Amino acid sequence: MHIPDGYLGPPTSGVMYLVMLPIWAAASRITKKTLKAKQVPLLAIGAAFSFVIMMFNVPIPGGTTGHAVGAVLAAILLGPWAACIAVSVALIVQALLFGDGGITAIGANCFNMAFVEVFIGYYLYKIISGASSITSGRRVMAAGIAGYVAINVAALSAAIMFGIQPLLHRAASGESLYCPYGLGVAIPAMLSEHLLFFGWVEAIVTALVVKYLQKQDPALLKAGER
Amino acid sequence: MKTTTKLWLGIGILILLSPLGLILPERFQAGDAWGEWGADAMKELIGYIPQGLENLSVLWSAPLPDYAFKGWEAKGLSHLSLAYVFCAILGIAVTALMMLLVGRFLVKKR
Repeated sequence: MHIPDGYLGPPTSGVMYLVMLPIWAAASRITKKTLKAKQVPLLAIGAAFSFVIMMFNVPIPGGTTGHAVGAVLAAILLGPWAACIAVSVALIVQALLFGDGGITAIGANCFNMAFVEVFIGYYLYKIISGASSITSGRRVMAAGIAGYVAINVAALSAAIMFGIQPLLHRAASGESLYCPYGLGVAIPAMLSEHLLFFGWVEAIVTALVVKYLQKQDPALLKAGER
Repeated sequence: MKTTTKLWLGIGILILLSPLGLILPERFQAGDAWGEWGADAMKELIGYIPQGLENLSVLWSAPLPDYAFKGWEAKGLSHLSLAYVFCAILGIAVTALMMLLVGRFLVKKR
């Protein structure tokens, strides 16, 4: 889901930077109000976890690869605004140091994985958890479902960005200038692989860590709630 | 042991296992992620390299492209796995350090 440089035209990548700026500003303003000094290590852990889990490329035999993002877990642990910062930082380091995701596409990639996935995942987890106790099985289910749905919505958002490029940009020769695949190709391709494969990876990873923390340190799971 | 220590240990184990993310796609002959093809792969797919993609894709030259050392592409999976672990350690160290700085800034300014 890391859109490289050259797949989005400058208008799309520019707009996504403009969309992310107020989101990052709000995230730092809101996190400033709520973050306590002893939560800072967890902030680093959330970002580190997201970073490393994205390195586990899962193959579809004979097809493409993909990976979990860890954004929903970060959201459950840190709350959505702090998680938005954590996943953004992981994505920025991946782009700058490792060329994973383009530098022109940092706004777009952060929008998909650090905003859309984080917030959808966080609120789904909250809604499904309801008033259940912090150690209930319902919360493990909620974490899994939130992970599965949120990564798919993020993939859909990325697919729409890919898919509108042929509509926006075309050379006089008729050749595409950026991503050559339209919505009719991008959406089925991105969604089917995430619905069938990578969504499950995100679901299992998120649910397992929540289950582990319920046993190990339920207070941590409570800290992300507000 | 503190939970944060345990979680860091978990991340350490994931770092050591991370070459699986390199080896498994190779074993199962899976290619690039959808929409993340390089210019050459794009040419194979559609017969040409879109002009804008060609221009923009060379904009940034990452120091460790694809979590590997430059020039190690042909060195085989064991070398690449080593580079992958190194990149995981470096990337996570930089990410965690940046988060500690950001966190410190956010806590102090309240």
